[in-house]
Parts: sequence; structure tokens; C-alpha cells
Amino acid sequence: MEEFLNTSINGLSSGAIYALGAIGLSLVYGILKLVNFAHGDFMTLGGYVAFAVNVSAGMPLVVAFLAALVVVAALGVALEVAIWRPMRRKGAGVMQLLLLSIGLAFVIRNLILFQWSGATRSLDVDQFQAWNPFGDVVITRIQVIVIVTAGVVLVGVAVMLRSTLIGKSMRALSDSFDLAEVSGVNTRRIVLYTWVLAGSLAGLAGVLAAVYTTLTPNTGWFLLLSIFAAVVLGGIGNAYGALVGGIVLGLAQEWSTMVIQPTYKEAVGFVVLILVLLVRPQGIFGQARTL
Amino acid sequence: MSAAPVLVAQGLVGGYVPEVDILRGCTLTASDGEVVVVIGPNGAGKSTLAKAIFGLITLREGTVTLRGDDITGAAPHQVTSKGMSYVPQVANVFGSLTVQENLEIGGVLRRNLMRERMDAMMSLFPRLGERRRQRAGTLSGGERQMLAMARALMPDPSVLLLDEPSAGLAPRAVGEVFDTVAEINAAGVTIVMIEQNARRALALADRGYVLEGGQNRFEGPGPSLLTDPQVAELYLGGAGAGERPEPPPRVGS
Repeated sequence: MEEFLNTSINGLSSGAIYALGAIGLSLVYGILKLVNFAHGDFMTLGGYVAFAVNVSAGMPLVVAFLAALVVVAALGVALEVAIWRPMRRKGAGVMQLLLLSIGLAFVIRNLILFQWSGATRSLDVDQFQAWNPFGDVVITRIQVIVIVTAGVVLVGVAVMLRSTLIGKSMRALSDSFDLAEVSGVNTRRIVLYTWVLAGSLAGLAGVLAAVYTTLTPNTGWFLLLSIFAAVVLGGIGNAYGALVGGIVLGLAQEWSTMVIQPTYKEAVGFVVLILVLLVRPQGIFGQARTL
Repeated sequence: MSAAPVLVAQGLVGGYVPEVDILRGCTLTASDGEVVVVIGPNGAGKSTLAKAIFGLITLREGTVTLRGDDITGAAPHQVTSKGMSYVPQVANVFGSLTVQENLEIGGVLRRNLMRERMDAMMSLFPRLGERRRQRAGTLSGGERQMLAMARALMPDPSVLLLDEPSAGLAPRAVGEVFDTVAEINAAGVTIVMIEQNARRALALADRGYVLEGGQNRFEGPGPSLLTDPQVAELYLGGAGAGERPEPPPRVGS
């Protein structure tokens, strides 16, 4: 039982990070048909911005969080204006956009490498402080930071998507871009808001990943595979699905360590993905498309 | 027609890819309060005409004006804000959004009218009121078409552009759609309707256009097009030629 609780806490922590990354990735795909391979490197950049603020400049962790959000959101908007919008106007298809995003991923990663070197970094948080609520159940300070921060933000994002007109417009765009446009939605503006949301969530996920483990120029790239799995698991293009998919994946990976070697936990994520897709090919929240 | 023209599309030339023109000099006008119907064989450019009027494809030649305002090349949301709404033929509802959310997106340009228009739509389409919280993707074909029209009517447009509203519907739903179109028109909305179901559509029309190869082939008052032997032969199915047109559907049954 205690082992189950401990692995659940671990699973929620990594699942929360997946979920934060997956929402933006899924929305961007749903709305722009862009499979953004640079999304992982957006996360890494968030981590390094936090490192610069928190460690190099010695400012509090909260300031580092905010700086990462702002910088990565700004990067998202800048790339939309400089690259994605002109590419779409020229009629670039899914494949061109995908390849471009892979190239962009390498550019961002190597700029990070150039600026901060490949050394393993960590943020200024006490990695070892932990509590024992009962028995052998252990929860560390960093897990509390990750779960609470991600929990608050994820609930906020879910409420935003469900109840605000901007959130509904984002879901409408993801459903049918052209119909949203003829309905009078200012799609260009909603696309920019989507980048702000996707970028800031990716930045936050990157900082949390850096808090939770350590930071290298490959941090986001390695997380991206699991995040893609979370997106597909939840139903491609569906933001709620991405949220649930991320958490399910994190839990499944950690629970698996009770029976098999932890080395295989990423593979377990994909086994879960395959099993779910066998039963529901459209993902947990996706809709079967007949037309 | 004595009423002033609301919508004027003049000499439209354009298509989806460069060098290939689907429209080759199409012209269409609609006056205040009219029902204008566009018919023609498959591939005549009917849907393309609707898209061109709404700014969804780039025109190489021609102009579109709405109440004297030049809207040629305007972004679709700008056209909507000037008082014309469009119902595409396919994918015309947001399947993963609820009925109510679909209408809210429709009313995004008139947020101050949201309540009022929502209530108006629920009384015009009572069945949508019953299904308010249901996802649009789960509606029947007829209900979907109703929702698509309601969504387009949310900003209180003066012109409604419908692309084959009866396509793919069960016969009873087709009747309901035409009744609803007549009802919307009776409330003062100018209707421009692209239709395959030429007989029923022309019966409802004040004026009709027959398109072929991206150009106007015939035009005239709806009933006279229906009885025109040449039009009948070509587009209404030879067997029906010369037959008396069926009476227009009753409004508000």
C-alpha cells in the first residue's frame, strides 16, 4: 500500500509535467495542424531561463517561474509571426511544417548549448527536504512544488477552456478553423493567444522538470516522446484529453516500477498507449470522425 | 425588383489554385428581402461562387459589394461583421462543442446581443433548446443543419448565404430546412441559396440563377425558370420538363 502511494506521488509529479507540456502541443496541433517538434525545446528553454534568474542572478524561484513563462510565451508568438504564419500563407502542408519544427528544435537546443554549455544544472531548491505523513510514505518538497503548481495551473487552464469565450474559440478553431473564421472569430488573434498559452505552459513544464530532476540541453527533447504519447492517448487536438493523457501516462509509468525495472517505464507508457488505442483508436477524449 | 441591391457580385474570376479558374465571370445580385437561388450541374462552380462571395478564395477579377461597401478580398470575419453570414455545405457545426457553445461562437461579434439572440434562436429552433448541452457531433443531420443556420443567424445578419442546406438530408428534414429558410426570409433576412434540389429551391425563390462552367447560363424569376423548358431539360431532369411546378412549401408548419 505504501509502495503504491509512493509510486502514485511520483506518477502524479511526472504526469503533471507531461500534462502541462501536452496541452500546448495538442492545441497547437489541433488548431494549426502543426506537429511541433520544437515544443520540447521550448520546455528546455523555460528551464534555462529559470536557471539564469534563480541561480545565475540569485533571485527567488517564483521570479524564475514567471520569467520562464514570459520568455517562452514570447518565443511562441515571435515564431508564429516570423515563421508559421508566413509558411501557412504560402500553403505549407503538415509535412513541411513538421520538418521545419524539427529544424527549429535543433536550432533552439544548440543555442541553449552555446549559451549555457552541456553541463548538468539544477535550480536552487532543497532536493532532500521531505515529509513522512505516515508509515513509509514519503513526499518531497520538490514533489509538493510540482504537484501544487501544476494542479493549480491545470485547473485554471481547464476552466479557461470550458468557460471563457477565448477558451471556447480555441476549441472551436481546433474543431474547424474555417468555420470559426466564417463565424466571425478573429482567428489570427486566437492563434496568437494559443501560442501564448502553449508557450507559457511549456515554459512552466520546463521549470518544473528542472525542479523535479536536473537540467541539460536535452531535458525537453527526452520528455517530448512521452508528451506525444500523452497527446495521442488523450485524443489528438483535444486539450482536456492531453491533460488526462499526461497524468494517466505518468501514473502508469511509475506504477509499472512496482513490478518491473524502472528502466523500462518509458516503454510501459507506450504499451499503455497501444492498449488504449486498440480499444479507442480516437484516444480517450477524441471523437470518432466519420465525415 | 424595386428594392435596392444588397449584395452585388460582379464578373467574378478565380479558383482554388493559380492558373485554374473555376469561376469565369460569374455575376449575382440580391435585393433586400429576396430569396435568390443558384442552381447548376455538378462542377458548375456553385459552391465556389459562395466561397468567393464570402472571401474564402482569392479572386483574380471581379468585385463583391455588400450595401455599397466593397468587401472583395476582405477576411471572412470582416464580412460577417458587415452583416452577411455563411453556412458551408459540410463541416458546418463545431462537433466537439455543445449546441450552446456553437451559438456562442456564432455570436462572438455581437457579444452585447448574445442573450437576446440566443433566446431568439431557441424559439426559432425549439429542438436546439432541448439539446442545449448536447455536443453538436451527436445531433442528427437535420438538427445539425438547423444548428448551422442558427449559428449563422446569431450575429443578426441581413444576408444569409446558404451552401446546399438540403444536401444529404432525409426527405422530411429537407422539407423542414426549406420551411425554415422561408421563415427566416419572412423575418426580413435576404437569402442567397446554392442548391442541388433545384425544383424545391426554385419554387421558393424570387429569382434564380443557373450556373454552368463558372458562368451565368440563365437567370430570371424563380417560377419562370422552373417552367422554362430549356432549364427543365438541362437541370431539372428531362422527365419533369413541362410539368407544373410543385407549390411552394407552407411556412411555419
